Amino acid sequence: MEDRTQLNRNLAQMLKGGVIMDVTTPEQARIAEAAGACAVMALERIPADIRAAGGVSRMSDPKMIRGIQEAVTIPVMAKCRIGHFAEAQILEAIEIDYIDESEVLSPADDLYHIDKRRFRVPFVCGAKDLGEALRRINEGATMIRTKGEPGTGDIIQAVRHMRLMQSEIRRLVSMSDDELYEAAKQLRVPYDLVLYVHENGRLPVVNFAAGGVATPADAALMMQLGAEGVFVGSGIFKSGNPEKRAQAIVKAVTNYDRPDILAQLSEDLGEAMVGINESEIALLMAERGK
Amino acid sequence: MRIAILALQGAFDEHRQMLTRLGVESFLVRNLSDWQQPKDGLIIPGGESTAMMKIMRDEGLFTPIRDAILGGLPVFGTCAGMILLDDQHLACMDITARRNAYGRQLGSFHTVAPMSDVGQVPMVFIRAPFIERQGADVQPLATVDDRLVAARQRHMLVCAFHPELTSDTSVHSYFLGMIR
Repeated sequence: MEDRTQLNRNLAQMLKGGVIMDVTTPEQARIAEAAGACAVMALERIPADIRAAGGVSRMSDPKMIRGIQEAVTIPVMAKCRIGHFAEAQILEAIEIDYIDESEVLSPADDLYHIDKRRFRVPFVCGAKDLGEALRRINEGATMIRTKGEPGTGDIIQAVRHMRLMQSEIRRLVSMSDDELYEAAKQLRVPYDLVLYVHENGRLPVVNFAAGGVATPADAALMMQLGAEGVFVGSGIFKSGNPEKRAQAIVKAVTNYDRPDILAQLSEDLGEAMVGINESEIALLMAERGK
Repeated sequence: MRIAILALQGAFDEHRQMLTRLGVESFLVRNLSDWQQPKDGLIIPGGESTAMMKIMRDEGLFTPIRDAILGGLPVFGTCAGMILLDDQHLACMDITARRNAYGRQLGSFHTVAPMSDVGQVPMVFIRAPFIERQGADVQPLATVDDRLVAARQRHMLVCAFHPELTSDTSVHSYFLGMIR
C-alpha cells in the first residue's frame, strides 16, 4: 500500500476512543479542545442550521477554517461536497488534517465521488452499509463514519447503519472462501477488500459513529454497537450547556461500558438539542451518494 | 508479567495486540478502579495528548500515575505518551517535547532508522513531537534528521514514533527487557 494511505489510516487510529466535535468559531474550537475533543470539524454552520436554512450548502470559507486551525493544536477537519474535488484541493492547500466528503453539504456530483487516491490529505466518508463503506475505501477514504441523519438529534439512523455494517461484516467472516467472489459482486466492491474483512472481521480503516448523537447515552450506545469513536455535530453547541455536555460525551466514549459512570455523566446537563424525529423531516441527507 | 495500558483515548488497542503477540498479559486503564490492579509496567499510547490529559485529571488518575512512575514503575510512552511524560505534563522525565513538531498531517512520514540497543526500527511519525531538550540523565536512543525521537531515563522509555503501528516488535521487547 502507498505510504500516504497508510499514514492517513494511522492518523485515524490515533483518533480512536475520541470525540470529534463540529465547531463554527475559534471560541467554540477552544471549548471543544478544553473539553477533551480529539479533533474538531470546522464549518460555517452546524448541520441543524444547514437543515433550517435550506438552499445550497458549500465548503466553508478557508479564512474561517484557518482561524480555527490557529486556535487549537488538535487535528482540524473540514467538509467538502460529495464529488467536489476542487473544494478538496483547496482544503488540501490549507493543510487541513482530514477532509470529510460529506452528504451534509449539497452534493456536487450525483454519480462520482472524489478520487481520493489522488490526494495526499486524508478523507473520511459516510456509509450506511458495508458495500458503501468498502466502495469509499476503494476510492481512497482512510476513515469511515455512519451516515446518521445530521442535525436531527435522532440517533435511529446511525444505529441502523452501524448495526447493518456489523451484521454484514459477521456474515462475510462466516463465509467459506469460495463464497467471497459472489459476495464481492453483490457488494459491488473489489475482492481484496472483501477478503480483508473476511480474514480480519473489521473494516481496513477506523469506523466512527456520526449523525444524531446528542447525549452521553447516545455515544455509549454507538460505542457498544461497535463504533471506534464518535462525531458530534449539532448535539453540543445546540444544547443548553455546551461545555458540560462536551465533557460528558468525551468521558462517555472512554467509559462506554460502565453504566455507573454514565449515570453520573448524564446528570444536570441542561437542555439537550431539541431535535427532529427522522419521520418528520423532508430531506434525508443520508440518501445523498451511494 | 502484567502491563497496564492507559486507555483514555487513542491507539491503546494496537499496544495490547503487540503485547499479546509477545505473549505478555495486559489490561486497559480507563478509571481509578482499573488502575488499582497489580502491574509491572505502564504503556501510555499515542492519541491526542490534550484529550488524555483532560480525562486523566478528571478521573483522578493524574497523581496516582505520576506517583507510581516516580516510585519506579517502568513506563513506555509513544507520541502523545511521550508528551505526557515530559516536564510540562506528568513531569516524570527530564525532557521537553515539542508538540506537532513536524506540522500537520501532511508532515506525517515513515522512515527506518537505527535505535541504540534495538537495531534498525521502522518508524511511523503521525503529527509527531520530538524531544527539544533533554537533561544530562537522559540517554538518547534514536535521532532522525538530527532530532531526538527516542530516549530513556532509568525506567522510563519514550519515542516520538509508533512502533505499535508496525509489525516490528523490537521496541516493545526492549521495554519488556527493562522490566525483567
